Order: sequence, then structure tokens, then C-alpha cells
Amino acid sequence: MLEIRWHGRGGQGVVTAAEILAIAAINEGKYAQAFAAFGPERRGAPVLGFTRIDDENILLRTQIYNPDIIVVLDSHICNMKGIEDGLKNDGIVILNTPLKPEYYAEKFKNAKKIATVDATTIAIKEIGSPITNTAILGAVIKTTNIVKLRSIELVIRERFRKEIAEKNIKAVREAFNQTIIFER
Amino acid sequence: MKRVALNGNYAVAYAVKMADVDFVAAYPITPQTPIVEKISEFIANGELEAEYVNVESEHSAISACIGASLTGARVFTATSSQGLAYMHEVLFMASSLRTPIVMANVNRALSHPLNIWNDHSDAMPERDCGWIQFWVESAQEAFDTTIQAFKIAEEVLLPVMINLDGFILSHVYEAVELPDEELVREYIPSKPLINRVSPKLSYTIGVVGPPEYYFEMKYQALEAIERSRNNINNVNKEFSKVFGRKYGNVNEHMMEDAKYVLITMGAVTGTAKFVVNELRKKGEKVGLLSIRCFRPFPKDEIIKLLEDVKGVGVLDRALTPGGPGHPLYTDICCALYNAKNRPIIQSFVGGLGGRDILIDDFIKMFEIVKEVSEEGRPKPCIYIGLRE
Repeated sequence: MLEIRWHGRGGQGVVTAAEILAIAAINEGKYAQAFAAFGPERRGAPVLGFTRIDDENILLRTQIYNPDIIVVLDSHICNMKGIEDGLKNDGIVILNTPLKPEYYAEKFKNAKKIATVDATTIAIKEIGSPITNTAILGAVIKTTNIVKLRSIELVIRERFRKEIAEKNIKAVREAFNQTIIFER
Repeated sequence: MKRVALNGNYAVAYAVKMADVDFVAAYPITPQTPIVEKISEFIANGELEAEYVNVESEHSAISACIGASLTGARVFTATSSQGLAYMHEVLFMASSLRTPIVMANVNRALSHPLNIWNDHSDAMPERDCGWIQFWVESAQEAFDTTIQAFKIAEEVLLPVMINLDGFILSHVYEAVELPDEELVREYIPSKPLINRVSPKLSYTIGVVGPPEYYFEMKYQALEAIERSRNNINNVNKEFSKVFGRKYGNVNEHMMEDAKYVLITMGAVTGTAKFVVNELRKKGEKVGLLSIRCFRPFPKDEIIKLLEDVKGVGVLDRALTPGGPGHPLYTDICCALYNAKNRPIIQSFVGGLGGRDILIDDFIKMFEIVKEVSEEGRPKPCIYIGLRE
């Protein structure tokens, strides 16, 4: 089972990202769960999202405390205290930042792979607003290959109006191509 | 059949749509709101032909549902927590008036302090209101049980409450198999129920029940819920034939040779099953029961399932302050008191106000059950995850 913890701020689409990935996995015939840190939602406040993916039915109903993968949607919180908490040894970290992944090697000590992409710039260019959830999914797929890029695009097409969907898909592809991966 | 990703709330909304309800009245409250939002979307899109009444409170919502149900309509409502508490006095009328209303209660803690998160403190005070009460473990079960609920309610003329845990089930997207709508409509055809407010019939509704009559009328509703056991068993059987998924009044997991058993209700059962599987790998003879049909209480099934068990832990997610035990524990003790073989029964309370019940918490509960069984007597209630 793969457990993913998403970090961002209210309004960036953290929960939507967690959901799109889970729905794509379910559509591929896998089992998945997606949920937010349970509670009210406020624009601008730190937000946590969670995704579980497995080949078998998922029984767990707890939040995720030891993720295999940490994804950060907000470039200002990549260095925030505690964001690395609980990452499994040899885990994967995917960050929205214009910086190179090596810069975060010390922060995420036990990560096997760190990937970075400037999702904010991509989102502003392709979508016209700094909502980074779809762009970051491009980086997630590039780094982990959990589901097919096409599966993500299908969910986006189902979920959004046509023009908006196409813009978001461009952001996903652009981020997929621009993701830099550091491995140790 | 279609395999889709839905959260628990939407699974209920889809079941309501497929059940072709005629009437919905509801007042929004977290974490239930997405159910009625989705239903109103179905109605606005023309996917469901039903009357949706926006009321000013839950008290009015359930009252409107009773009125609509008396006309013979298929009726649904949903609520949570304070909303259910606000319905309290009217819930008794719904069961005594024998209105087959189906309600989803998305479990949330009661104030004070104000808390929107999950526990069972909203539904437990309503266990004596004469409604059939189900508790579900997954979005799939929420969907399936909602379909079953219409069938049961209309057969026995009693209201049915489906309890699904707030957030940990209501807001989690997961895989759900949706049957074809035609199959559901075939299974629960929209046959008009008796219109009891028709001028053609001479019914009197909402009468005074003086001492000469009240007792008998209450006894009839009591008998109705006792008799519903047969209907529920039959619906479980039929449902598995038509839809392929099997449910009992008590869902069992690894019970065959189990010596130490935990009894749970609702979605945390999933985490408990996970722990049972892990402990079984280490050779521990542990098992799990989850009470799916809480009212009518499956007393005989529980006695039978626990015949050869040494120790039982009962996990309550609500309190009975000052009582002899917390609600589920009290019911289990009462059910087992006259049983021939009675296990040691340990009480646990956990996960109040949305506190996560962790894998380690369940491991600890099993350890304690084993320990008290060997000692031959239970400890006072243990509050799992409570800070000291």
C-alpha cells in the first residue's frame, strides 16, 4: 500500500489533487482512498490531504502518519518545520519550488528521491491563477509513475468544464516535463 | 454495474436517487450536507423526480417527512449531531405513526464543546426512539444499506436510520460498485404506499392516546420492530442474491476459532480488521464482530457467535455518564447475561470528538482483552487515547 500526504493552503486545491489521484487509480482498477485532514476548510490556512492506493481493498480508516510520499503544493511551506514528519525511510518528496531538489536534501534526510517543479509559474502561465494542484500531479506522475498520465487527464476532463480542463491538462504535461528528480 | 469513486455521502445520495424517492426535506449540517446537496443537484438536473422542501430546521424537516410519508410517498432525509438531537421528540412520532422514512445520520459529536468531528454520541440517545438503526463500515455498505433500508422500512412500516461515520467515511473517496439503476428499481419498485391522509379513507392521525389506549399503541410499535428481524434477515439474503454482496446483522471477521474478540460499530471496524489480520499472522487467535443492525439488537446471533470465546472487548464511541456502562457495552452485557457460556467482557471508550483510533490503540485493546481474560475479571472501562 502506498500512502501519500499532501500539504498546501486552503484554495490551492490540495484535497482535489488527493482526490484526482485516487479516482485515477480507482478507474485503473486499483483500490484507493482520498480525504482531507478531517474538519472545516478555510482559504489560506494550512491544509492536509491524504491518498492511499493499493491493489487490494483498503481497510484502514486512520489519517496517514507515516507517508511513503510527501507532496507540497505551496512553495512557501517547503521548509516549514515538521513538514517532513513521519516520512518513511527511502520515501519520496515532491515539492513546488523554483529551487533545485538538492537544496532540500538536508531537510528531508531520509528521502530516497526528491523532485521539484515550479508549479506556481506553470499554473499562472497555463491556467492564469496560482492554483497548483493539477500541475503538481504532473510532477507526482513523473516521479512515481503510480498511475498513467492519461488516467489523470481523463479524471480532469470529467471533473472540469472543457476549456478549464484543457488548460489544466496543459499544466499537468508542462509540469511532467519540467520536473527535476534528485536520487540518492 | 459501474465501478466508481465516491465518498460515503455521495454513495448515500446515489442510493436515494436510484431508489426513486418522492420527497426529501432536510436542513444542512456538517458533515451531512453533501448528501442533500447532491440530491438537490439530481432533482435540479432532472435525474430524480422528487419534491425537495427547504425547511428552516431539522424539527421541521422530520415533521415534513412524516406528513409526506403519511400520503404514501417514499421519503428521505439526512442529518447529523445537533440536527438529530433537534429532531428528538419527532423521531418517536415517526415510529409510532409507522411512517417508513429513511434517514441517513452522518455521525458527529454533540456539543459542548462544539465539535464537528466523528463519534456516536448523536445516535446513541436515539436508540430508544423506535427506529431501526444500521451502522455501516464503508461507502459501499452505505450505498447498499440505503437501498435495503427502503425495502425494510416499507415492508414493516417503521422508519430506518442509517448511521455512517462523519468524515472518516462521509468524506473519504473510495471505490464503490454502483448497480444499474433498473436493477435497483426492480428490487424496490415504487409501489404507492397507503395514503393515510386521503379524504377517501377514514384515518385519524396524531390523536390523543389516553391511558386506555396509549399502552396498546406503543406495544404495537414494539412488536413491529421485533417482527422486523425476519424482514431484515430476508432482505439480507435476497440482497446478496440480487447484488452479490452479503451482509449480516452482525458482520464477523476471523471468528472461526477466535478466543479474543473485539466488538465495534461503524467505519473504525476497518482499522480493527487490519489489526486482526496482522495479529493473525503472528498466530494470535483474535476475531472481530461489528454490530451492523443495532436496533433491533441481534442478541441471539451475538450469543451464538461468542459461545466459545474467552474474552470480549467492547468499543464504545459514546458515553452513558453515570450509567452502569457505556451504551454498546451495556447492551452486550445484557445480551450475554443469561447465556450458557459467558466470556469476560471488557469495556473500552475511544475516538470521542473525532480523535483518531490508531492501529496501536487496537493492538493495545486486544492485549488488554487477553490479559483480563487470563485474570478472569475485567478492569473498569479503559479510555483509549485519553491524555492523562
